[in-house]
Amino acid sequence: MAKVMAKLRRKRRRSAVPRPEKCTVYLNGKLIGFHQNGGELAKQLREKRRSGALSQEANIAYFERTEECFISTDSGRARRPYVVVENGKSKFTKELSDKLKKKEIGWEWLIKNGVVEYLDAEEEENTLVAIKEKELTPDHTHLEIDPVSIVGAVVGQLPYPEYNSSPRITMACAMAKQSLGVYASNMNLRMDSRAHFLWYPQQPLVQTSPYRVLRMSERPAGVNMVVAITSYHGYNMGDGLVVNRNAIDRALMRSTFYKAYESEERRYPGGQKDRFETPDATVQGYREEQYYRHLGDDGVVVPESDVQAKDVLVGKTSPPRFLEEVSIFGITEEKKRENSVTVKSGEDGTVDAVLLSESPSGNKMVKVKVRAARVPELGDKFASRHGQKGVVGLLVNQEDLPFTKDGVVPDLILNPHAIPSRMTAGHLLEMLGGKAMSFYGEIGDATAFSGDTADRFRKILEAVGFTSDGKEILYDGITGEQIEAEIFIGVVYYQKLHHLVANKMHVRSRGPVQLLTHQPTEGRAREGGLRFGEMERDCLIGYGASMLLNERMLKESDKTSELVCGKCGGIAVHDHIKNRSYCPLCDETTNLAEIEMSYAFKLLLDEIKAIGIFPRLVLKDKA
Amino acid sequence: MVKREELKIEPGEAVGIVAAQSIGEPGTQMTMRTFHYAGVAEQVPTGLPRLIEIVDVRKEPKKPLMNIHLGPKLAKDEAKAKEVAEELEEVSLRKIAEIKESFAKKEIYIVVDLELMKYEGLEIGDVEKKVRNTGLGKVDVEGETKVVLKPKSASLKNIRRAASRLGDLHLKGTKNIGRAIVLKEGDEYYIRTGGSNLEEVLKLEGIDQGRVYTNNIREIERVLGIEAARNAIIFEVRQVLDMQKLDVDTRHIMLLADAMCTSGVIHSVGRHGLSGEKASILARAAFEETIKHLINAAVRGEEDKLVGVTENVIIGQPIPVGTGTVKLTMKRGKKK
Repeated sequence: MAKVMAKLRRKRRRSAVPRPEKCTVYLNGKLIGFHQNGGELAKQLREKRRSGALSQEANIAYFERTEECFISTDSGRARRPYVVVENGKSKFTKELSDKLKKKEIGWEWLIKNGVVEYLDAEEEENTLVAIKEKELTPDHTHLEIDPVSIVGAVVGQLPYPEYNSSPRITMACAMAKQSLGVYASNMNLRMDSRAHFLWYPQQPLVQTSPYRVLRMSERPAGVNMVVAITSYHGYNMGDGLVVNRNAIDRALMRSTFYKAYESEERRYPGGQKDRFETPDATVQGYREEQYYRHLGDDGVVVPESDVQAKDVLVGKTSPPRFLEEVSIFGITEEKKRENSVTVKSGEDGTVDAVLLSESPSGNKMVKVKVRAARVPELGDKFASRHGQKGVVGLLVNQEDLPFTKDGVVPDLILNPHAIPSRMTAGHLLEMLGGKAMSFYGEIGDATAFSGDTADRFRKILEAVGFTSDGKEILYDGITGEQIEAEIFIGVVYYQKLHHLVANKMHVRSRGPVQLLTHQPTEGRAREGGLRFGEMERDCLIGYGASMLLNERMLKESDKTSELVCGKCGGIAVHDHIKNRSYCPLCDETTNLAEIEMSYAFKLLLDEIKAIGIFPRLVLKDKA
Repeated sequence: MVKREELKIEPGEAVGIVAAQSIGEPGTQMTMRTFHYAGVAEQVPTGLPRLIEIVDVRKEPKKPLMNIHLGPKLAKDEAKAKEVAEELEEVSLRKIAEIKESFAKKEIYIVVDLELMKYEGLEIGDVEKKVRNTGLGKVDVEGETKVVLKPKSASLKNIRRAASRLGDLHLKGTKNIGRAIVLKEGDEYYIRTGGSNLEEVLKLEGIDQGRVYTNNIREIERVLGIEAARNAIIFEVRQVLDMQKLDVDTRHIMLLADAMCTSGVIHSVGRHGLSGEKASILARAAFEETIKHLINAAVRGEEDKLVGVTENVIIGQPIPVGTGTVKLTMKRGKKK
């Protein structure tokens, strides 16, 4: 680059009339010199780049207003390719196109010969890009390779995004990332801590060119479903979905959920270490015998055994937390502590694979993958590729669903209210396209800005004996009567999203409490309770339900009984060894009362003491 | 008679919570709706901002205003009403004159706009007199439009301060009343003012003192007393809710106003008012500034009688509300 610049500079020196050097020239942000005509400099540099004299990775930007010329060759610039246009004509000609198809030339050739060039954000400022070849004028400098390239890789995979409202496109992109499918081609070998795998995945009937380029049909994440847009006894209100139970029985949208458990034989200071084994009944914290039933001789579960919650997957014993004193008889037999890995509460499945390996710290390590089937059920989440998500509201037997004159029964019933306010016309177009293509036996094209037209689908539908608008007369599955309205029915690619009821469902009637507050734990993972919050409290007060409130906040939570000293008002204690109660502050032994209170209050008293205030409880007979 | 007995609130009813929920729930709806409400820019804060203004008892509303109805003699006469309105409008020096400082000569020049001055019915002599009355320094008149003030202390800081004070110098009309316009209601004319000065307006002649309205609750409290303020709170809250077509029973609002006014002066709802002055230490500590309340209570050796709701929830006793108000008394036999 410096060489070329020097050459250009020499040229300038030789020019007859020296003009004031007005344009500043920067190379990778550093000022390297001046030039009297920045526009010309940029033009010449670009020509050199296209002819191959300069690196293809250099980008030149000239700003007329500030008289600055930026030359960038550094790393980290986002660049994208454009077809070069000269005099209103694309350099990518018909001949080149044919040659490319015959594979006589390739992408590299196009770049080397200045047909295609990569621009960065700065050079882009100097361009006028036509989106379609038809739009080219002499002013244009570049042409988009394909109109779809104005959107990214994710939007590019969505069918007909130009027919949808932009918020829905954003949502569709977000949801596509949550869809279940074949997430990796080596998934059998992997030990992801959580993974899903969709059964019988299909490629969409209506695809886009980026979808094909990315070869997404080799790792699909959805199923083409027959969708009818109508209501069904109110079970699809508010983004509910009514799903055909028989379709689910035929394995529609079933998936496997994998969960990997991990354990390691850790070393401790003092030469002790964990041991994988089936713990002996004498081990501290031994579980019931039945929980160890699946373990093999090495202390690890046998593959393909069906495990339930609490079952031990990896039996492990650890050395005690604290070193024991050496007894008179020399070294005592070391006591061990149970430290097994068990199946989490609320989960079950089949052991899919066991992996024995070495951990990064060099210890023996076991990973156990447990699999469980996830059959679609009430509350599972599904979405089309148009930001139309929904939750299963009802599973209906096939015989109770509406059917067409041909006996076609929808897999899914979508509520018509989901369409107008969200303006996802692309959804309807995909339905039409999917329906047409399922009869035509081809994959439809729904690439943004250039996909198949509705007319094409209409003609196909008419040719196979349907109405061109996609509507059909349906018959009520329960009464057998013809439904008065014609109902829009078609085929849409639906995705199963990884928000599954089975992985979220949570109940508690009793369970663990926190050590500090004696209150129930929080969260599903800890088998926690549901918070009875301030506003809920206010409601009970508002009803005057004093006793119910007391039960919620005290009895069902952190009720304790503490001895209170009647003399000093402090908390007294009971010595179980001497069987004697006394106040540690004033040694009172008789005037003590057992008071029921919340443990949180006792803790509050302790904390108040911690800030240097002595709270006294004044006792009185209950009036 | 039966009906009236039925309508009575029963003892132990948690009226406060019910009132709070009854105002709060539609209030939440209101916030969500105003978010989506496109259109007219509001001149006076309404909706939630105004509601917050009322319960916070701000010194002055964001847009104070008054409605002044006229006495029988003037009410039908638009010209006379306009006269009164003109009298009301405050004229400050800044409005009719330009104030310049000369740091070199250590003087302040007040150059009046003759036309404006004439329109307001003032003369240069009036201006001179008013400026002199401030006692800021020596005052001279130069020509027809210029008043020169030589400040007593000639430090730059004082000159700057004097100049800015002169701008607010009150020449004519009622203080704080920026604009007064005449509006018609039925066949009656009344005056709407921007800015509020209840005390002065009530002294005016020819107006209907009984129907003077201001939205400044603090002012009403100061001039007319706490009962008037209570009514003002009820009126203003009602107005906000009615405007949004929210149907809230007046008695909830009355309870709110009563709670704010029972001590004799208006208390705001929140840390510096109602919640900050609860009798119970625990209730106050549970609300905000826990440590401050605990330490103050310790310093004073306070005792919490545990008679309120919050305290009893904290310690885990049945609350003295609703079913918790009922206590069983039983005569025990002879002590064992």
